[in-house]
Amino acid sequence: MKVIEHEIVSLKNSVSEMWSLVHQQIYNAGEAMLTGDKELAYKVISRERRVNAFELKIDSDCEDIIALYAPVAIDLRFVLAMYKINTNLERLGDFAESIARFTCNLPESEPIDPQLIKETRVQEMLDQLLEMISLAQEAFDKESSEIASRIFIKDNLIDEINHHSTTTIAKYIEQHPGSALAGLYMAGVIRKMERFGDHCTNIAEELIFYLDAKVMKHMGKTEKETEK
Amino acid sequence: MIKIDAQNVDFYYGDFHALKHISMQIEAHTSVAFIGPSGCGKSTFLRLFNRMNDLIPDTHLTGNVFIDGRNIYDKSEKVDQLRKNVGMVFQKPNPFPKTIYENVAYGLRVNGINDESYIEETVVKTIKQVALWDEVKDKLRESAFALSGGQQQRLCIARALAISPSILLMDEPTSALDPISTGKIEDLIHELKEQYTIVIVTHNMQQAARVSDKTGYFYLGELIEYGDTRKIFTNPEKESTQNYITGRFG
Repeated sequence: MKVIEHEIVSLKNSVSEMWSLVHQQIYNAGEAMLTGDKELAYKVISRERRVNAFELKIDSDCEDIIALYAPVAIDLRFVLAMYKINTNLERLGDFAESIARFTCNLPESEPIDPQLIKETRVQEMLDQLLEMISLAQEAFDKESSEIASRIFIKDNLIDEINHHSTTTIAKYIEQHPGSALAGLYMAGVIRKMERFGDHCTNIAEELIFYLDAKVMKHMGKTEKETEK
Repeated sequence: MIKIDAQNVDFYYGDFHALKHISMQIEAHTSVAFIGPSGCGKSTFLRLFNRMNDLIPDTHLTGNVFIDGRNIYDKSEKVDQLRKNVGMVFQKPNPFPKTIYENVAYGLRVNGINDESYIEETVVKTIKQVALWDEVKDKLRESAFALSGGQQQRLCIARALAISPSILLMDEPTSALDPISTGKIEDLIHELKEQYTIVIVTHNMQQAARVSDKTGYFYLGELIEYGDTRKIFTNPEKESTQNYITGRFG
């Protein structure tokens, strides 16, 4: 194996580990929010440091590979893609932490109303996001741009839920004035989840750039789907 | 404008088929890099452009090579005139055992120019052109061998430019030089391509990426891929090219 291949395999392993950690963080943050499990939420907050440590390590590894091995062609695209995917994963980790903080900040006396969860479809949104992250990781592991391209269409559901959330939450607050705070918190969580979706599509774009040398940025969704 | 047009070129050293069906067009005022593993034919192909291979016994060529629309292998073509138009710089600096001044003046003198003021003007101009003037202006009458390797190589480039060629061939021109001298030659290539067409053979991938507009990848006597350098080094068409430039070859 060439020296650069060792570095690339090692970088790939680090990114894969970070990916699994971020997936777990989002899963736990969602679970903590839906069940009101503050202990689990605190665990998410404390593990955020590990996500940050991965980000620093991967940034540094990418810089080293560029400086020491001057990668070209697919190697260069791989390193550039990992550099950007790293940033997106770190942002996903931040979102998981902020959702966990939302759970921790909820008053003990006022857990999230299951009706609010149902009406805002936040569980459905969370499941879709976790699926998008898993799909992206599968595309990364199998080096498949075809799998990566399936992520774009999945973002539509996230956008749709987000689109209706303001009206839904406004109605809920109107009907339950005593739960206004929870309603507003939930609106914040849904906005964050919508941004989750954007980060997942950014990751899919980077994977396609790395694998097929195609630039998908700033294309409309239909265009992206047709392109693939 | 097409400066060099090689059409279906095959070249043999005795029975050895060194170049196979190569066609390539090189535009004027561009720099083109040839890359590929040792023995792939890139230097052989380069040397066709000023008929340097004619000097090697038991070789033959089929196909055509046109420069400025003229078939340089046509019987009516004069090789000395061709070489005046197509200068060459080699791997190791090879100054003549003469003064710095006379090295650059040499080509003019052998081409029958006797006007000393014109010769002096040309020597100064070309030494300045290769960014050597500040380093040698006070020792023009000293031996060229007193210069460093990098300075000698720039002097050899000045010697090639003094006779006003339109094409400059460079066969691994920096492989014997330190990084500072290499950087100076690379800067020079950037500047020279405004006036000349430059073809460079290099084993240094990053050098090919830095100095050339187009790159040709050769393997086992074939031109595997030829295209924009940016494309070759970011997203080559052929797997073989990718394997070579990423160091996974063989």
